[in-house]
Amino acid sequence: MAILEVKGIEKSFGTLKVLKKIDFSLERGEAIAVIGSSGSGKTTLLRCLNFLERPDKGSIVVNNEVIFDAMDPTTQRESEVRKKRLHFGLVFQNFNLFPQYTVLKNVTLAAELLAQKHPNFKQEKKAILKEIQDRGKMLLSQVGLSEKLECYPHMISGGQQQRVAIARALALEPDILCFDEPTSALDPELTGEVLKVIKNLAERNTTMIIVTHEMDFARDVANRVIFMDDGVVVEQGSPKEVFGTPKEERTKQFLARYKKD
Amino acid sequence: MNEILVIVARLSESFMLNCKLFILTLLFALPLGMLIAFGSMSRFRPLRWVVRTFVWIIRGTPLMLQLIIIFYGPGLLNMPFSWPNGGPGRFVAATVAFIINYACYLSEIYRGGIQSIPVGQYEAGQVLGMTKTQIFFRVTLLQVVKRIVPPIGNEVITLVKDTSLANIISNKEIIMMAGEYSNKGLIWPLFATGIYFLVFVGALTILLNWVEKKLSYFRA
Repeated sequence: MAILEVKGIEKSFGTLKVLKKIDFSLERGEAIAVIGSSGSGKTTLLRCLNFLERPDKGSIVVNNEVIFDAMDPTTQRESEVRKKRLHFGLVFQNFNLFPQYTVLKNVTLAAELLAQKHPNFKQEKKAILKEIQDRGKMLLSQVGLSEKLECYPHMISGGQQQRVAIARALALEPDILCFDEPTSALDPELTGEVLKVIKNLAERNTTMIIVTHEMDFARDVANRVIFMDDGVVVEQGSPKEVFGTPKEERTKQFLARYKKD
Repeated sequence: MNEILVIVARLSESFMLNCKLFILTLLFALPLGMLIAFGSMSRFRPLRWVVRTFVWIIRGTPLMLQLIIIFYGPGLLNMPFSWPNGGPGRFVAATVAFIINYACYLSEIYRGGIQSIPVGQYEAGQVLGMTKTQIFFRVTLLQVVKRIVPPIGNEVITLVKDTSLANIISNKEIIMMAGEYSNKGLIWPLFATGIYFLVFVGALTILLNWVEKKLSYFRA
């Protein structure tokens, strides 16, 4: 059964139609790579899933629950959105860590704020916060940063910052983890460590949508590849199919251009 | 010798008026400036327009003129409102004029500070399920504070010296006091007033540097 169903998503900015009826679904434990040239709508699609943009048409279904429907304003109330967006986690291209907090606090902050709504927060404050701390430390060790808990973001490298951002996104246990070109802002020698972490997550069957320009990585990690162009899903299939024997002319052109670069 | 001590005592006493005006202005203008900043960033157009026009008028006219209008305006226009009689009235009028003037300048510093925070910081908070209030207080506020400490420091230092403008509506502050001596031919008290301002600004500079250093543990 699909964990995520995206149905007929459309989005325009002014007169520019960025997404033209996007449909796809995602199975639990599956990793999809979304590829395509700049301006094809990949990032906008991720932003729609994370409620950073509001689609003009279409709906988003997670675990059979409609979490967004453009026709139904009750799904768009701010308090509702805040709850429902937690189905998704998002790792940004530019990390967007909070500079005034330590690495550990970056990971735990949101969970601590959410815990305040816990009915027994006052009585069990210590235990709850301890649990959040422990989980934060566990996640940071998972991304190989146990040594950096008390560092501030400016003290660590870009690759390390992005790994913190991944741990931060995982801290709220999203159903689906989204990556928006996670290595595009990194020096080439730092991309490896981030890709390794993502690959690790894929091996643990984390459900992921990865927007990327790293074709080798997409081929290596994804169960399925979606090629987008000009706001539509042109082609999708296993990495072998899309990279090996692309059916559509536009896919072939795109991949050929990539090989030349 | 005795005369020198008397003059120093009177200068010091009149400088207290400058100090009081300084403190009261900061106390009220710092928060009021924040309100004005939010008004000037409001999504509600008419409010934004009114606030920005007001800021333009206040920043576009001399503080000296504003003092005169605020103090004499109510009487000249036969308003039902009037300032209390004598010294206290002059002081309150001056304080009100200073608060309005400085709140407008500060609001622009706040606005610049808030708008300089990368949108990614808000978005990171949003996708982590934070409310707008949580994002403001837990994510952006400290970054804004760090960015605006130097320009606020500038305003604060300017304010120290601007307080002497209050003498245009006959508040007996330190320059006016010294002026009374120079009118009688004694010039050194006027020069001596500079020392008061220098010492005050020196202390403020140390304080501001300390705040900046406190916030230097992170980069934003």
